[in-house]
Amino acid sequence: MSAHDLVLDTALPKHINTMQDAVVIDGVSKIFKKSRPLVRWSGKGQEVKEKKLEVRAVDNVSLVVKRREIVGILGANGSGKSTLIRILSTLLIPDSGHVSIFGYDVEKDERMVQRLINRVSVEASFFKKLSPMENLIYAARLYNMPGPQARIRIREILIRLGIQPERIDRPLENMSRGMQQKVAIARAFLTAPIVLLLDEPTTGLDPRSKIDVQNFIRELREEHDATILITTHDMDEAEALCDRVAIIDQGRIIALGTVEELKYAVQERMERTTPITMNEVFMHYTVAHLITDAAIKQYGSWEKAFEAFEADKEDE
Amino acid sequence: MFTLMHEGRAAYAFFERNWNLTKRYWAWEVVWLVYNTVNAMSVTYIGASAQIITGIKFDTSSLILYLLIGTTVWSYLSVTFEGVTDMVTFERWEGTIEHTFMAPISRFTHLVGSCWYAIAHGLLFTFLQLLIVSAFFHLDLSQANYLTAVFMLLIGSISFIGFGIGASVLPLLYTERGTQMSYIVRAILLLVSGVYYPIEVLPAWMQPLARISPATYVLDGLRAGLQHNKAIWSPEIWSYTWPLLITGVVSVPLGVYIFGMAERYAKRTGKLKRNG
Ligand SMILES: Nc1ncnc2c1ncn2[C@@H]1O[C@H](COP(=O)(O)OP(=O)(O)OP(=O)(O)O)[C@@H](O)[C@H]1O
Ligand SMILES: [Mg+2]
Repeated sequence: MSAHDLVLDTALPKHINTMQDAVVIDGVSKIFKKSRPLVRWSGKGQEVKEKKLEVRAVDNVSLVVKRREIVGILGANGSGKSTLIRILSTLLIPDSGHVSIFGYDVEKDERMVQRLINRVSVEASFFKKLSPMENLIYAARLYNMPGPQARIRIREILIRLGIQPERIDRPLENMSRGMQQKVAIARAFLTAPIVLLLDEPTTGLDPRSKIDVQNFIRELREEHDATILITTHDMDEAEALCDRVAIIDQGRIIALGTVEELKYAVQERMERTTPITMNEVFMHYTVAHLITDAAIKQYGSWEKAFEAFEADKEDE
Repeated sequence: MFTLMHEGRAAYAFFERNWNLTKRYWAWEVVWLVYNTVNAMSVTYIGASAQIITGIKFDTSSLILYLLIGTTVWSYLSVTFEGVTDMVTFERWEGTIEHTFMAPISRFTHLVGSCWYAIAHGLLFTFLQLLIVSAFFHLDLSQANYLTAVFMLLIGSISFIGFGIGASVLPLLYTERGTQMSYIVRAILLLVSGVYYPIEVLPAWMQPLARISPATYVLDGLRAGLQHNKAIWSPEIWSYTWPLLITGVVSVPLGVYIFGMAERYAKRTGKLKRNG
């Protein structure tokens, strides 16, 4: 059975201009403020302290994703990937910049955008005492699917993702983490979003299930023309799935391109002749901010400073 | 037309979900019913013992009914009110609130959809409680007009729900202690609304509060109906109905509006997130 049969076309708005770019992120920033301590210390250090209470989670990010494109977002823990995904899914309002999905602004045309998107988060959040079926039928109705039809689709999609049929009507709390994650993926696929935001969807899945999910993502693109943004810590996955990859570090996109382009760029920069792995590309870019100007001066060039840095780490 | 059907479907989704949750947490329902029933009984026994406490002989049956009505309305108010705030607490707890907020439905549908389950649940719950408690007392129901009683509860529900929606801002913004904070709203209603005593005994400055509390009118209406056989269309009942209609029509949109403001605030400051 193909992805096309499994997802339900819920009368998507006809006036979507499919020639348009699917996702346009334009200079988006998000700063989180930590709550201030009740007792304030006055004195010189205050300016510095106030600054430290802020986290610049997303820093002036711009990115355009075309329709039917699969774009991967890679970055270290805390680099701002989930924050960016939350902004796209109308769950966070950016401090500055704009995001539009097929021309609809995530802030002004919130409802419209919500009809076009869905998101899978790292943690599978469900009503844990309810069964997968009960959880998904709730989701389906919110997205305007008639109950009887939805029931059939839910069963099909869950079985397709490898959930045993007898599990579908039993409470979710007894399922393993990976199985719950599959149900979460089913929830997002079910509503046939034309833009799918996947935040580490395959974290915690076994290798076979990972491939199952990856195949499903591809099919959604092939047969449903979905546009997909995916974050992952699995470099093989990024390589296998993504048309383009963005590497984000401390809230900023520091590299963007196809896997080949990124590899080539790093190879050039490191002056290497042997092939470069995606892992090395990741290491290269996410360490960038740790290499100080002082170190570059000391070692003569960025590359030398980088090597020294890596060597230091190996010694430890 | 399309939108209306969509919103109807979504409203039903909340009803169905809450019903499923009640089914799965049925043991909790039993605990809650026992707790409320025991509370109601211990209050009602104050009426039964009034002769002994005061040493004056008089017919306590009207006092018993007076207190019983108080416990019933209080139970109903608590259960519906909690049905609304608990849903937010629960969704915060499970982390599903992000999914619910991402769904393409209006906040009005979301909140009101959860509320009509709270009403149905509250009515059933209160009825069961009433049935059990009345078995322990000799009640004089010769002057009871049940139609008026149900009518007053239903009209009052609109306002209770408005207050409940407004109060669910607390668990939305303060995950850990928000529910406890919302108890204060209920406690104040209990104090000023004349649940167990006529509001005339309150200090003068508190009495205006009683006038804006919907519970006051529900209680007065219920007592007029059950103790004095007042019909729905009697002028007395009407004098309790119109203030309830006004508080209802004001408090529901106001509650949804306040909730919307809190939602925006949460989306600006990143308060919706639990983890990930
Ligand atoms: N709701 C929030 N409130 C306060 N700070 C937040 C919030 N969400 C994220 N942050 C902070 O913003 C930064 C980026 O976090 P984010 O979750 O986007 O990282 P990530 O790239 O998804 O990391 P991971 O790979 O671990 O999932 C972190 O410093 C985090 O502490
Ligand atoms: Mg993350």
